Amino acid sequence: MPADIYLNVAISGLLTGLVYGLMALGLSVIFGVVRVVNFAHGEMMTIAMYLAVVLFAHFGLDPLVMMLPIAAVLFGVGYVLQLTVINPFISRPEHSQFMLMVAMAIIIVNSLLMIFGPDAQSVQVSYSFDSFAIGRLIVDATKLYAGLAAILVAAALFAFFKFAPLGKAIRACADNYTGALVVGLDVKRLYALSFGLGAACVGAAGAIIVLIVDVTPPLGPAYTLLAFVIVIVGGLGSMPGALLGGVLIGLTEAMAGLFFTPSAKSMFAFAILVLVLLFRPQGIMGKRLT
Amino acid sequence: MAEFRNASTALNRRRLLASAAAVTTVIAAPALVRGQGAALKVGVLLPRSGAQAGIGQDCFRGVELANPIFKSIGLPELEIMSADTETNVEVARSRAEKLIADGAQLLMGAFDSGQSSAIAQVAEQKGIPFVINIAAAPPITEQGYKFVFRNFPTAGMILSDAFANQKEVFAASGKEPKSVVFLHVNDTFGMAMKNGVGAVMPKFNMPYEIKETISYDPTARDLSVEVSKAKATGADALLVVSRLNDAILLTRELVKQRWSPMGILSMGPGWYEDQYLKTLAKLGDGPLSFVPWYDPNKKLSKQLEAALEKRYPGVNMNTNHIYTFEALLVAADAYKRAKTADPKALADAIRATNITENVSTGPGISFDEKGQNVKLKNAAIQNRGGKLVTVAPKGATNAKAEWPMTAYDKRR
Amino acid sequence: MIARLLHGVPRHALVLLAVVLAILVAAPVFANDYLLTVLIIILYFAYIGQAWNILMGFAGQLSLGHALYVGLGAYTTAALYVHFGIGPWLGMPVAILISVACGAVIGFLAFRFGVGGVYFAILTIAFCEFTRIGFDHFDWVGGSSGLFLPVANYTRNDLLNLRGQPVMFYYVILALTAGAFVMCHALLRSRVGYYWQAIREDELAARSLGINTFRYKMIAIIISSGMTAPAGVFYAFYYNNLFPEQTFFILRSIEIILGPIIGGIGTLFGPVIGAFLLTGLSEALQELLTAYGLDTPGAKRVFYGVCLLFVVMVLPHGIWPPIARLLRLGRRETPEA
Repeated sequence: MPADIYLNVAISGLLTGLVYGLMALGLSVIFGVVRVVNFAHGEMMTIAMYLAVVLFAHFGLDPLVMMLPIAAVLFGVGYVLQLTVINPFISRPEHSQFMLMVAMAIIIVNSLLMIFGPDAQSVQVSYSFDSFAIGRLIVDATKLYAGLAAILVAAALFAFFKFAPLGKAIRACADNYTGALVVGLDVKRLYALSFGLGAACVGAAGAIIVLIVDVTPPLGPAYTLLAFVIVIVGGLGSMPGALLGGVLIGLTEAMAGLFFTPSAKSMFAFAILVLVLLFRPQGIMGKRLT
Repeated sequence: MAEFRNASTALNRRRLLASAAAVTTVIAAPALVRGQGAALKVGVLLPRSGAQAGIGQDCFRGVELANPIFKSIGLPELEIMSADTETNVEVARSRAEKLIADGAQLLMGAFDSGQSSAIAQVAEQKGIPFVINIAAAPPITEQGYKFVFRNFPTAGMILSDAFANQKEVFAASGKEPKSVVFLHVNDTFGMAMKNGVGAVMPKFNMPYEIKETISYDPTARDLSVEVSKAKATGADALLVVSRLNDAILLTRELVKQRWSPMGILSMGPGWYEDQYLKTLAKLGDGPLSFVPWYDPNKKLSKQLEAALEKRYPGVNMNTNHIYTFEALLVAADAYKRAKTADPKALADAIRATNITENVSTGPGISFDEKGQNVKLKNAAIQNRGGKLVTVAPKGATNAKAEWPMTAYDKRR
Repeated sequence: MIARLLHGVPRHALVLLAVVLAILVAAPVFANDYLLTVLIIILYFAYIGQAWNILMGFAGQLSLGHALYVGLGAYTTAALYVHFGIGPWLGMPVAILISVACGAVIGFLAFRFGVGGVYFAILTIAFCEFTRIGFDHFDWVGGSSGLFLPVANYTRNDLLNLRGQPVMFYYVILALTAGAFVMCHALLRSRVGYYWQAIREDELAARSLGINTFRYKMIAIIISSGMTAPAGVFYAFYYNNLFPEQTFFILRSIEIILGPIIGGIGTLFGPVIGAFLLTGLSEALQELLTAYGLDTPGAKRVFYGVCLLFVVMVLPHGIWPPIARLLRLGRRETPEA
């Protein structure tokens, strides 16, 4: 096979991986800080995707432009959800949290089915069929924009957590719950904020990914699993880790599809997961677990 | 998580009769209605929710058009009892049982091979005739069933006609591809077709060789790698078995990766469906689909098409409508001849079916001793300007094929 | 031994149990085939629920990939039957062996390396998914086209080959479920059972007491996986076709755990009650919706989700404990944390 094929596929995998990474970033914040097993993560992204579809269908607004408003909406949803429904579950055993989120996922998926019907919906912007040809390389335009947008959002989030006082407060909560209380932080509000931020991340990822992937109501669960795999591989509590994990999984899937049969490419992501869980459970960039 | 989609076997708790209404229904256990005069109770099992919901709902359109047309051609009307298989084998089986308990005298369905297989077992067990509208897996009519009938081609039949029709199209245009790359979805239908290709293709002396076979996951959200691989083979044309969503994804990738094959030879659903045509507009023209279809020159076809246009304007008539309608046609015709709703008599009547005034391509509807209609012919259709034209086999066409296909970059 | 099993069980509990059993045994006389089909499915989930409950409810390890063992059990016996003509009862030990081997591998990898909690859950999902995709390419058992068992006549009941009428299948699954019930009861009262509960409550404390947690967790997963395999065998011979996409599908694993969680993890009756209730709920909803003409696809599941949500929020230990208190079945059901 000519060499440029490998490069094309690798680039494609990298760009897609960045978007996966953004989605996983949201989970990293939620699971890392609030410690809730968010099994409705993919479903939240599906909501964002449908929002983008509706806005595009009725107002012709490009999802990349609507990324921030959509993220804001998801922020609100996440914030309220955490304060009302999820908060009592933080101290409950994992399977309880899991069941709660599964119930939410069922409600979300089937509500979407009722509202939008089973057919796949897509956003076809003017550049949906474009690609850039650089020599022998062909780069998909929508993927390129998606990847760039993902990096931008991730960078904004990093900046927030590193420099903003609120961001530092949240990190304090995650690092040491009691300590945070002692210092006088309003932990409950910060938890809600964190969940909201995680949801916003997912919202942005959804707005971006709808350019590449068509949305159907049952799309959520696959992405939930993907998000967990990425977060575990990249390292819990590490935001660069989530991005790195996303890129790694995106690349692996693409290259595996190229070298072996594409229908088996997901197997490799799972194989990596198993290896990481066994030999480096804190993930590639995670802090060592106590 | 692998999604709710494929075989959306979501939470399928069955009917434990908790409400009074339900209890009454079951205990009442209505006896089979005998004798002519009463409409035949037909239990229609289709996936109305779950992964195949869209297709199931499309098939149901064929059901809705049936009775008025039957009335106009002198066939008895049918009483339709509809049930949702939820794209799930267990639900399909359970619903079949419930329909029979509620008095269904004949079952029809279920689009999917797995679900149809489950329903077939129930039907055979209870001695109730089951007419399959769409399901291509060969094993269903290889079990020695006496009450199961399939008026739909098996994978092998679809393939044989596909190859024959392809040669016809190549001959008419004077250009033939020397090599193809075979892309297929890795699910029941896709695999059945792939295995069939290996068995059937050698008998036809095709002008092309298959350079590579690439299978992909039915739940794949991104087919860029698959198309990259396909393009890298340097094949002339694309041979494909896919579903609707993949067809759209593949076409997008073909455009983005700047590969315009000589043509697209599809031996399955997807490339001719309304959603494909609507979503891709000009970019959707050109693919040839070799599928079970209707004969546009037959009188009943025109009647069905007119009725469809009236009730659902803008919807192109397709396999789902045609074969679902024909399954009910078989039922009504058998009921008329048997003059009774006794299941054994009905089954015997169905076995003796010989309908020549039908919709699908071929000499008509009749069944062999295994319950399979082996005389069905498959057609070749092409997307043209948002509509579908039939280009093969000779004698059942309404247009000439455009081969090779116009390159994508020339259309934008 | 029976005396030991019955020791401490309040008399009215035994009477209640006997009544329920009698009703179930006599059910085929009153129920038509459709109702029988429903009961079969309820008992099927009750059976697997109990098997899963051993790992989660007793030993505290959340497995979200239990469909793996069902699938392995199903495919093993089905393949043996289709390719070699070996009947299901002869194939069952092989099926159990393979399931147990798989469970042991997962358990060993996880427990040896200290993988617990949600990580263990994800690990089980990963293994199941991996197997699903693997079987999609495993042509000897049909790959993604599926494995079809040759369906024979229905006039006689062939217990040896599990071919026959629904009534036969009903009694088979009833026997299996009852057997599982007794086994779980025995396990709960044995030394292994108490060690498990100690591990579940506080693994660190248990270890400091000298309990070899690794060993007992391994025993839990081995028994759980081995017990699940026969359900797969039943499934294969009852439905007669298997597809990797459906058999190893993650939603199957979730279906399996819904019953025990709603009914009450760690309790003996939880999985059984849960299975009955969930089906009842689903059916009642269907009736309600059809009666009000709201039968849009998806509506039923939305209500289902809402009810689940409600139960999870209001009854965190499941539905069984309050019922048990009501019936004054004061058997020491350890409320799980």
